[in-house]
Amino acid sequence: MWFAITLTVVMGVSFFLMKNVKGGPFDSERALEPAIEANLNARYHLDWPLWRQFLHYTGPLNLDEKGWFGEGELAGSQPLGGVLTGDFGPSFRYRDFTVNDIIGQSLPISALLGTVAMMWALALGVSTGIASALRRGSGVDLALRLAATGGIALPNFVIAGFLIIAFVFLVPLLPVAGWGSLREMLLPGFCLGLVYAAYISRLTRTGMLEVLSQDHIRTAYAKGLAPRTVVMRHALKGGLLPVVSYLGPATAGILTGSLVIERLFFIPGLGLHFVNSASNRDYTLAMGVTILYTVLVYTLNTVVDLAYTLLDPRIDLAEEA
Amino acid sequence: MAALSPESVRQGLAVGLLGLVLAGAVRLASGARLEPADLVFNNGTEVQTLDPASVTGVPEGRVVRALFEGLVVKHPRTLEPLPGMAERWELSEDGRTWTFWIRDGAEWTNGDPVTAEDFVYSFRRFLHPSTAAYYAYQLWYVRGARAYTRLPDELFYANSASGCWLSRTEDGFIRIGAQEYALAALADDAVLELDAVTGRLAAGAGELTLPAGSSLGALRPGPASGRRAAALRGAPYEATGDGEQGSWLAETAAPVSEAAWQELLDSGALLDGPAFRTQVVEPELLGIRSPAPGVLEIELNAPTPFFIDLMGFYPTFPVNRRCLEEAQARWPDRWEIEWVRPENIVTNGPFRIAERRVNDRIRLVKNETYWDADSVALGSIDVLAIEQDSTMLNMYLTGGCDVIDRVNTNVVQELMGREDFQPTAYLGTYFYRVNVTKAPYDDPRVRRALALVIPRREICEQVMKMGQQPCFSLSPPGIGAYLPPTMREGDLEEARRLLNEAGFPGGEGFPPIEIHYNTSEAHASIAQVIALAWQDALGIRTKLRNEEWKVYLDTQFNLRYDVSRSAWIGDYGDPNTFVDLMVTGGENNKTGWGDPEYDRLVAAAAVELDAEARLELLRQAEALLMEALPILPIYSYVTQNVVAPRLGGFEPNVLDEHFPKFWYWMDDAELAARRSAQPAEWRQVAPHGPAEGLYSPAQQRARAEAR
Repeated sequence: MWFAITLTVVMGVSFFLMKNVKGGPFDSERALEPAIEANLNARYHLDWPLWRQFLHYTGPLNLDEKGWFGEGELAGSQPLGGVLTGDFGPSFRYRDFTVNDIIGQSLPISALLGTVAMMWALALGVSTGIASALRRGSGVDLALRLAATGGIALPNFVIAGFLIIAFVFLVPLLPVAGWGSLREMLLPGFCLGLVYAAYISRLTRTGMLEVLSQDHIRTAYAKGLAPRTVVMRHALKGGLLPVVSYLGPATAGILTGSLVIERLFFIPGLGLHFVNSASNRDYTLAMGVTILYTVLVYTLNTVVDLAYTLLDPRIDLAEEA
Repeated sequence: MAALSPESVRQGLAVGLLGLVLAGAVRLASGARLEPADLVFNNGTEVQTLDPASVTGVPEGRVVRALFEGLVVKHPRTLEPLPGMAERWELSEDGRTWTFWIRDGAEWTNGDPVTAEDFVYSFRRFLHPSTAAYYAYQLWYVRGARAYTRLPDELFYANSASGCWLSRTEDGFIRIGAQEYALAALADDAVLELDAVTGRLAAGAGELTLPAGSSLGALRPGPASGRRAAALRGAPYEATGDGEQGSWLAETAAPVSEAAWQELLDSGALLDGPAFRTQVVEPELLGIRSPAPGVLEIELNAPTPFFIDLMGFYPTFPVNRRCLEEAQARWPDRWEIEWVRPENIVTNGPFRIAERRVNDRIRLVKNETYWDADSVALGSIDVLAIEQDSTMLNMYLTGGCDVIDRVNTNVVQELMGREDFQPTAYLGTYFYRVNVTKAPYDDPRVRRALALVIPRREICEQVMKMGQQPCFSLSPPGIGAYLPPTMREGDLEEARRLLNEAGFPGGEGFPPIEIHYNTSEAHASIAQVIALAWQDALGIRTKLRNEEWKVYLDTQFNLRYDVSRSAWIGDYGDPNTFVDLMVTGGENNKTGWGDPEYDRLVAAAAVELDAEARLELLRQAEALLMEALPILPIYSYVTQNVVAPRLGGFEPNVLDEHFPKFWYWMDDAELAARRSAQPAEWRQVAPHGPAEGLYSPAQQRARAEAR
């Protein structure tokens, strides 16, 4: 099973890389008394050899309990526990929460924000992409392509800054930050979606141009179908293929949040943890989000493969049969 | 894949997406239920934990002070101790025993009365190694407390205060050492030696006892045998280690069988770690007792004048024993996380916790059973975890937040002069550590030359801009009666002359200095200003090296730097919190510097009864430091709070500690009165809060009477 192998490799590499970075979760400006530091390390098993920590964390052996294995290094071990049973352990930084609690609280928020962003991105991206493709070479095409390039080139916190000035301070329409109501989602969703919109727009344009030049489209026009029908029913399906393959990893990225947008709009999502957990040396949380991301990317890529069969008849084995 | 029909895939996708959106919507709905709080303040980050014993930071302190209350509370402006859970207290003649009388009628949120036993339990828990409290050393002033934290539970102990510890190695040998309490009772020069015939350990002036009736057979000396008690005190429990290592005194000549060892354990002559704690240490050796109901007695190693301040310091706040023990019974493997959940935690402070969302907010509501609930005005408080400077300021400016705790230096110019932004002195200093173990920084003349040319005024006025003050000592000004000794003044000429004398005329031959700091805009700007000054004034070339926070700490701790950016914020209002840093080998020294005379002065100050003489000793110590200059002082801190003008009871103080218990909203009349009393040039801004104010029941009565 490729999935299991990928996951094991990802876990192994990130675990050992992380543990080899200097500094630990308990370091602070105030150096700890050695006796107290030893107590802390013992409580979180950081005094164990790395291989044993890894086994304990990933879960083939739950080394916490007494019993099962008799003598030697593994005395007191028990099989199963840790990640294998879905337990990501306690967080080092947020000591009142388990990693499961944190992901459980913040993933839905990031996912909802991501969904709003994706809606913005798809609505803007696909419509401008189609418009661009249909009026190839015109002023509209040029303007839209410029805007798309701008959307990719400009960092979203710059755009967010302008939008906050415009819609919060100049025209007080929207709240400046926070999370809890639909109004609070509009700005961050838009800012987060903009880059994706720009990519989608370009991909749609390319895809549509390719499809529009194909025989079956010409046939459709020749049959006298309305241009609208041709575009929406025949061209769009094929033209969206590159967008769909881009959507897999993009969705994984967008659903797991964005550090910049979440910090700027004070949204308690998952994006914060991707960077912060590493700089805090919050080993368990960093591993948790890494594993989650791996699983999401893997799943969504599979979903994309499946979606291909819906959009391109040539790939769909089921229908051919 | 072929088995999946497009319909089912489409349905699956739709269901999956719908599920996500629904989950979000449910969270959203649950969020919408929260009524706006009476007051919202930004805490700057998510707190690490609500467990008072485990917290260390400023943000944690703010929340813990609202939820819990210690023996004393602090006056919001002067920080003097006021009665809290203790109604009154008394210090013995010799300055070493504090007695506290616990208030009648103080209650936990689960209805239990707050008792002296609660404090005994909480202090023991705070010190216990399995709690692994960062700040445990703050209570090490208590007799026997240090050894209590360091006592390993996995060893076995003779049933006596002056006894040995024993442990059985993997191959069956039994090792014997002297436990820390026994070592402490021996004279410094007592030589620990094993009497091979009687199996007794003679120890000069004192004697160590082996468990009665122990038949261990012949003994042979271990690596620590023959060493002096004083030399062993640092690490009495190193049972493992072969040959020369370890601190054990003797070992059985032959392996002891499992059965014989078991027999020894069963005989009752030996106690395991936990039993030794409860049967010997806690009743006899640890200076924390409740001699009568409602009375708490704490015995110290030496008079410690600031001990009473520590009783108002949040790590010493009590926890509810029943709450913890029920959690331990119910969730044996994750009670540490369960007991602090809002639905489980039991507190005794002015507020209780209603809701907590990670990285979002903590909702506090007034605790109606708090003993002084009559003086609490606010019914609910939201504590936000905004980390981004610009976001918190935006929130404040749009009314979403009433107090923020810091501002970015970029916007200081705009904010200066507003009535809601008035920085005041803060008990912290910014300085550079110098690695004195490395040439040429081992030469005090070089360090003094470097210190003399730092452009402190330029840094304060052009980089920091908030009113930070140039600083010429380790401890900042403003600690009560203590006037810190400053480094001797000197001019550019002197700096050049010193460098010349040190063998680097005009900076010639001086290796480039690497200025080490953690990644941050402000630290980089300051380093650039100083680098330029060293270059221009002394002709020394400099390099800048910035490192990510944790790596920076590691580098500094291991002395792999030339000059390293540092800062220290006082824990309590006493110069000891600064001067104590630089004792030889201290964990926070991090310069390699040491001076026996300095250590002697600091140690003498710790046992000095007379307050004035004590400050004088600390002053002499710091004067030595300012002569040697292993640290180059730069500036002293100011607070950066932006506070809604209508908010009352938020007093400036040197520790920048604030107490929601005293906060209230002024009505328009009181606000107008306050504004007329403040300097006319302060710019008035939106006051936040309700126009009719929000007062505590006690304040309402007083106001009614006044009318």
